[in-house]
Amino acid sequence: MKKGLSILSLFLLVLSIVGKAQENAGLRLPAGFKASLFADNIGSARHITITKSGVVFAKLSNPNKEGNAIIRLEDANHDGVADNITGWGKYGGTGIYVKGNSLYASSNEAIFKYELNSKDEVVNPSNPVTVVSGLINRRQHESKSITFDKGNNVYVNIGAYSNSCQTKDRTPGSQGMMPCPILDSAGGIWKFDGTKENQTYKDGKRYATGLRNVIGLDWNTETNQLFVMQHGRDQLNTLFPNLYNDSLNAELPAETFYAINEGDNAGWPYVYYDPSQHKKIVAPEYGGDGKKEGAKEYKDPAVAFPAHMAPMGVLFYTGTQFPEKYKNGAFITFHGSWNRAPLPQEGFFVAFVPFKNGKATGEWEIFANGFGGNAEGVKVINTGKAKARPVGLAQGPDGSIYVSDDTKGAIFKISYNK
Amino acid sequence: MGNKVERFFKIGCFCIMMISALNVGAQNLINGKKIFETRCLACHQSDGGGVPNMNPPLDGSTNVNGKDIARMVKIIQNGYDERVALDGMYYNNAMIAMPDLKEDAIADVLSYIRNSWSNKAGLVTLAEVKKSISKNKVNKK
Repeated sequence: MKKGLSILSLFLLVLSIVGKAQENAGLRLPAGFKASLFADNIGSARHITITKSGVVFAKLSNPNKEGNAIIRLEDANHDGVADNITGWGKYGGTGIYVKGNSLYASSNEAIFKYELNSKDEVVNPSNPVTVVSGLINRRQHESKSITFDKGNNVYVNIGAYSNSCQTKDRTPGSQGMMPCPILDSAGGIWKFDGTKENQTYKDGKRYATGLRNVIGLDWNTETNQLFVMQHGRDQLNTLFPNLYNDSLNAELPAETFYAINEGDNAGWPYVYYDPSQHKKIVAPEYGGDGKKEGAKEYKDPAVAFPAHMAPMGVLFYTGTQFPEKYKNGAFITFHGSWNRAPLPQEGFFVAFVPFKNGKATGEWEIFANGFGGNAEGVKVINTGKAKARPVGLAQGPDGSIYVSDDTKGAIFKISYNK
Repeated sequence: MGNKVERFFKIGCFCIMMISALNVGAQNLINGKKIFETRCLACHQSDGGGVPNMNPPLDGSTNVNGKDIARMVKIIQNGYDERVALDGMYYNNAMIAMPDLKEDAIADVLSYIRNSWSNKAGLVTLAEVKKSISKNKVNKK
């Protein structure tokens, strides 16, 4: 009897711990917000997009167990959990975007277009229109994220297939190539016409350059401007140990958020942004010593975030469900770093950047935390152990936001209750 | 009596051999750890877990724990620049060549990664590294 009771109490204790861990799907949020698990284990979900009726599409980095790399998720009974999940597509990739009745998805070399019917089902899963192909994929920074302006122009990042344009990539002491030959076909944002077919580089336009790798980007419809998050360079300590120790490497350079105008140059690989000096600093591959200031012509960031946190998604919030301060501000997912090692890693959260009169205030705050499975105040030490890593962001028709994860493939839904 | 002395001597010899073997192993692992921390940790992480989709794990890796020492020596000396499928996952990042790493350092770092975290594979000797290098040279021809 006694034993039975103690087993029962143990069971209840375990239940309460499990129950607590499940609260808000394990996330920590500001007061009034709640989170639920919209879907789980769908495969490595990169970017997500949502139709006006609330159907979610997710692009997977590789085909999942069922062999599908694009997933359609519908919550038919409106209980906050996807109950009708289907998929198609054999190519891995990152970008996905609903524009009107079209669904655009990207592989690591191309952009495809599918047609949606009145139920937001894809009409032509096996024969999409090829909008753009032949974009450079040399495996490093290979993903091609996409966004649209208010018209039909699609903006795609083409990441630099290099860390810092050294003659020998990521090799200690190797100098930077001058000028960096990568920039003619990568390391920037390209603009294409989303209504045209079979475009290649010559049909597009290099819209912005000097961006090492961008994964998160979104069009700010309030200011009618493209915003991008750059992944700053890696390995200052291992490549230039005489200039940078492990602690400096962990904090350098900033992950930078840019308000992009056509023709802008953010300065990669020649400069990086030092968040404590608030300056663009000449890269050591190009004669820098950690102090020498870079040329003024290069763009300054709108917001500088801590180093190496790996920004993956940007979403300007246009809904009315969340409190007023979130309106027209930007949510940004941080995948979580690996290049702060041997120091503990940072990121694994969703940040919020407030905007006033169309401009970032320069401030930022953590909005949703705990994706890594780490308790409050505890850091993720090794990236491979993180439970979830946030990537994609999308806004539902009711003003809730959705966050995807590319470890096992969870999709979190975050809502506000007055 | 003579037998006893002989046995005692044999056991003693064996013990000394074991202790010195362990010492050699321990020193190799200490050297290997130092090399791992300066050359490998940034990408493969302190727990050998790697980074999903980018840098493959060393902990629990069938390649690292496997018998093909020559392949591992080759990767350390020449680098690796292909998308690698490993235990059902894909990893994209290239690994740089480390031609400056001496043969005994390669033996030590391989011994370390094969006997760290959950890995329990054999130590790699200098002789095995030398043999692997000549084998890799022959295969290159």
